[in-house]
Amino acid sequence: MLKDTLTRWPFIRQILSGGDGTGVEAMSARTRNLRPRHESAEVARSVCPYCAVGCGQLVYHKNGKLISIEGDPASFISRGRLCPKGSDSFELLTHANRETRVKYRRPYSTKWAELDLETAMDMIAARVWDTRERTLIEERNGEVLMHTTAMAHLGGATLDNEENYLIKKLFAAGLGMVCISNQARI
Amino acid sequence: MPGLGTSFGRGGATTAPSDLLNSDAILIMGSNMAENHPVGFQWVVEARERGTQVIHVDPRFSRTSAMANIWAPLRSGSDILFLGGLIHYVLENGKDFREYVIHYTNASFILPEDFKDTEDLGGVFSGWDAKNKKYDASSWLYEGCAEGGKAVARHNAPHSGHCKYGAGTAADLIDCKRDLTLDHPRCVYQVLKRHFARYTPELVERFCGVSQERFLKIADTFCSASGPEKTGAICYALGWTQQSKGPQIIRAAAILQLLLGNMGRPGGGILALRGHASIQGSTDIPTLYDILPGYLPMPNLGLDSQSLADYVAKHRDKTGWWWNFDKYIVSLLKAYYGEAGSRENEWGFNWLPRVIGDHSHQGYFLEMLDGKIEGLFVMGQNPAVAGPNSRVERKALAKLKWLVVRDLVELETASFWQDSPEVERGELKPEEIGTEVFLLPAAGHAEKDGCFTNTQRLLQWHQKAVDPPGDARSETWFMYHLGRRLKEKAKQDPRPRNAGLNALTWDYSLEGKLQEPSVEEILQEINGYTVADRRLVSGFGELKADGSTACGCWIYSGVFPRPDENRANQRCSRDLLGHGWGFAWPADRRILYNRASARPDGRPWSERKKLVWWDENKKEWTGLDVPDFTRTKAPDYQPPNNACGDDALAGDKPFILHPDGTGWIWAPKGLADGPLPTHYESLESPVCNPLYPGQQSNPAALKEERSENQYASSPDERFPYVMSTYRLTEHHTSGAMSRMLPHLAELQPEFFCEISPELAAERGVENGGWVTIMTPRGIVEARALVTPRMWPLLINGKMVHQIGVPYHWGYRGLVKGDSANDLVAISEEPNVRIMEAKGILCNLSPGRRAQGKAALDELNFFLGGS
Amino acid sequence: MPISAFLTDPSVCIGCKACEVACKEWNQIPDDGFEWYGQSYDNTHALGASTWRHVLFLEQKQPMGSQLAGTDEPFRWQFLSDVCKHCANAGCLEACPTGAIVRTEIGSVYVQPDVCNGCGYCIVSCPFGVIDRRSTEGLAFKCTFCYDRQAAGLMPACAKACPTQSIQFGEINDLRQRAKTRVEQLQQRGYEDAQVYDPQQTSVGGIHAFFVILGKPEEYNFPPAPQVPTIHLKTAWTYALASAAALLLVVCGAFFL
Repeated sequence: MLKDTLTRWPFIRQILSGGDGTGVEAMSARTRNLRPRHESAEVARSVCPYCAVGCGQLVYHKNGKLISIEGDPASFISRGRLCPKGSDSFELLTHANRETRVKYRRPYSTKWAELDLETAMDMIAARVWDTRERTLIEERNGEVLMHTTAMAHLGGATLDNEENYLIKKLFAAGLGMVCISNQARI
Repeated sequence: MPGLGTSFGRGGATTAPSDLLNSDAILIMGSNMAENHPVGFQWVVEARERGTQVIHVDPRFSRTSAMANIWAPLRSGSDILFLGGLIHYVLENGKDFREYVIHYTNASFILPEDFKDTEDLGGVFSGWDAKNKKYDASSWLYEGCAEGGKAVARHNAPHSGHCKYGAGTAADLIDCKRDLTLDHPRCVYQVLKRHFARYTPELVERFCGVSQERFLKIADTFCSASGPEKTGAICYALGWTQQSKGPQIIRAAAILQLLLGNMGRPGGGILALRGHASIQGSTDIPTLYDILPGYLPMPNLGLDSQSLADYVAKHRDKTGWWWNFDKYIVSLLKAYYGEAGSRENEWGFNWLPRVIGDHSHQGYFLEMLDGKIEGLFVMGQNPAVAGPNSRVERKALAKLKWLVVRDLVELETASFWQDSPEVERGELKPEEIGTEVFLLPAAGHAEKDGCFTNTQRLLQWHQKAVDPPGDARSETWFMYHLGRRLKEKAKQDPRPRNAGLNALTWDYSLEGKLQEPSVEEILQEINGYTVADRRLVSGFGELKADGSTACGCWIYSGVFPRPDENRANQRCSRDLLGHGWGFAWPADRRILYNRASARPDGRPWSERKKLVWWDENKKEWTGLDVPDFTRTKAPDYQPPNNACGDDALAGDKPFILHPDGTGWIWAPKGLADGPLPTHYESLESPVCNPLYPGQQSNPAALKEERSENQYASSPDERFPYVMSTYRLTEHHTSGAMSRMLPHLAELQPEFFCEISPELAAERGVENGGWVTIMTPRGIVEARALVTPRMWPLLINGKMVHQIGVPYHWGYRGLVKGDSANDLVAISEEPNVRIMEAKGILCNLSPGRRAQGKAALDELNFFLGGS
Repeated sequence: MPISAFLTDPSVCIGCKACEVACKEWNQIPDDGFEWYGQSYDNTHALGASTWRHVLFLEQKQPMGSQLAGTDEPFRWQFLSDVCKHCANAGCLEACPTGAIVRTEIGSVYVQPDVCNGCGYCIVSCPFGVIDRRSTEGLAFKCTFCYDRQAAGLMPACAKACPTQSIQFGEINDLRQRAKTRVEQLQQRGYEDAQVYDPQQTSVGGIHAFFVILGKPEEYNFPPAPQVPTIHLKTAWTYALASAAALLLVVCGAFFL
């Protein structure tokens, strides 16, 4: 006990190590115990969300919280490497400007209001139903049309295939929307 | 898509970045790969270190140019002149890979006498209907099919270039007349030679701004990477696609690669470098108006939509892989409408909406501006900054009744009513804008399961690590729970108009406290299953047209062949092409058309370039990749008379989606603006078209001219400079994923433009000072980065200055700035309806623009005052 | 424990700044301000308390080996990721009065934030201008060589992220050999001005983060002959003693005269 206390004292450590006082003998407990912060974290295998190269990512997380994101060396595409954007993926998910609550702007309002998520979903469903009710055209010149051009969708190139699948399925095959578009033009 | 689709059969990159390691030369053009795909570029750098010649042709000397062996400057918009110059070089010097060209391309096919080239008609091909501004493409079909005479058009579909290999005139194109000596004056090879006869090094020098010496060095370097022992690859991105003739530039590259015999071979091919994580995926499983999953066309009112039988008859090819068209559409309808679909109701075909025109982003935003659209969903896109003529796009948003925006941050599109330049300039007043706005926080990639399809057609699963914060949810969650609510409403209301919605299969399991639908179940639906016992199918070969199978996207079939085998989530890569890691569509083939990596007799072209070959003992195709070919079809297979589908293609026809099995140097169908690429100037250009004085720009492109969307004339004294928009490594598209992040925002914190020291001197601009840039659409201010990386080019005896304008900034975020897209016009390339953001005309003057409303006065004064 | 080193090779650097960001992400460093400098693509400007990797952008009217680049005159655009050199004789470490700066067993120079008192003596003692004080904490910061990651055998974040392996990490003798081989290779390819920047002959006694450079060190803001300020100590003390003796003589002389 006493020995432990004494050997933690830098001066004693320096004498014992024979160092000049600038080496490991001068290290604080924090320094001596440094370990990578994701050491005991769980890891999810992931893919970078920025460009289309599709670099492999390792997403470290512990107790439901993200710890860090870095390249996956096993990926034959990226071999563990990431560009500045890919390297910033942890910040992408955790930065201060990220929205985590629904924001709602009433017609003619000059400011945002708060809205409960379930209420927002009910309201959106009501808007869609109402617009579709009024604008769906079932036939033209005796031929099936079954579409509405009064509602539109934009986006998809940043989304998952499964998400795009549900968008096209519900919006086009279910609701009859034809104005569906995304960043992929070619 | 149609550039690659019409040329080879599928609208996807034919190769992968890692395969560039096998290239002897890499031509990067229309792409700034080092900056926009830095990690993919590692393969280019490594290849260069091993001796591969890297060539970069671009208006700017970028970070890609810095790493190239050879760089050449290029006048924006002159790409087809340059590539045509290369094609001319190959043909004039006999550099084509003749054995490959004869067997694997349609160079030997004879064209009909009534076809007339642009060289004959002063800039348009035969079939041009000047009144309706579109082509009747029937004279582009081959001559002398089996029945004798000319190939007969089955129908002339509207041009929605995303589907299959484009659209256009459908016809049966098998057993047409060929001349294997390539001497027939009307064979494709000879027509091509005449078509590009004027694309000489002198012309390239005069109108591209590349010295003959530099051009010939590039031509020699790239065209030497050809033949049995060598291959070369071409990489492109939005520098080509964002032009009023984008697909035709890609076609020119395709022709070059077919002539050099570089398709389907290791180190060859064309690598389309896509810009978003799943941009390939979002066309494969499209959030696009003109196609259904797997490149099946949306039914078009009055053209193919009367019945399923009619639709199938119009789109099914008698020969080649698309003979299976009916299996794929019926299986899709079964996936969508489940048990409610029956043979009697044509599996619910009449519940699918019909398209009647241009419902694309560009098209419907103008409708929105005219008040014809009530509601808009925006998911992961930011049109207020990234849309062309973004002033118009922001004003259009103010005409909506409701707007739902889903994103990670409050981006400009969500807050256009509050802090857009239009509000600052008094054009929009918040208290007068009736748009109801819902901003819903979205989940990030580590907060949800799902897969992206990357630039090389590879599906890769990302595993969920944590729950999204607060009310943030995935799009899967949003779509499922929105659909659930709407289906509840529809259930109470069984009118025919709700039949499709009522029938829609929507029974995904819900998981966890967030009640997230099972994403794996959705991917299983995409993969396909047998209806009777819901057994997952092993691939699209199992799909049937009798309603016994369901499949959400036939080209992805095989990604989930067993309940415990999600191949997108495979992570044991075995080789350079990554077999064992992810799933490449179709059927895990990594290099498309790889039958062409073997000689017609099935042996590899060379030991060095072997990939897939015929194993004579086992009587099957084998090799280093999954054969993109029927495994047991022998190289010497000859189809019997009247064979259909794949059976109708001989054993030496690698391009199995094409009805004739060849690579299309000549596109007999599929494109709206010509069977061959030809040089047109951009919609705005500083010079007159040197080839066709009477046909300045692509005749089939749409300019959508109106007061909010005006153009400069070509040339235009008021707008003497050529500008292009582009991205930087440090930011991502409109900035929503970078401008809000401190570690990225600090790297490029301000909107700037790049100009040459010569232009700076001419206009009295200092490095670091402010400049104002104007086009007929908008006015922006930017900081001037004066750099010798920009060169003025001598074009036809006149000095042309080019300006580089990155487009990442907007009015929100840690770093703000004007949006370059305020300057760009809404225009539509005729095949894919993309805007032209490269090679547009502008003015540049020293100093800041006027602020507030005065900025508009400044622009209007400038426009009106000349 | 093997001695670690960085070899940074601008001939394969694409100037993407992944190293800057990966470093800031791993080490949880704040941004360095949102100022646009108008100096090529460099907006983090210099190494400092909040930028531990910094990519230089050099637009030069010189050829890059056999590259065909400029139109009328030669041109090259070079990128180099600068970092703390982890000197064998480190000025910062020698100047630190609190023992906050230590030499680790992997040879790196590590600033202990829990010991540092922010006196700033290290800042003026660094011959490369690397270390600096961050105003928010009032403490000195610089590259840690990812000492925490290396403790678990992991590569520093910058080297791991680098898309083209322009930043290589490894054992120092091995990397010195690789640097030498690389220079020979580049010279054979026509990069006649290639050399290793690793000032072993000066008082810093060699560095643990060396570079393959094209042209003179000054072009990269590297001192051609960096010196540890403490080498002046001996002469300073000699002068001081001599002055004291002289003064003593004068005083004594005054008595006798």
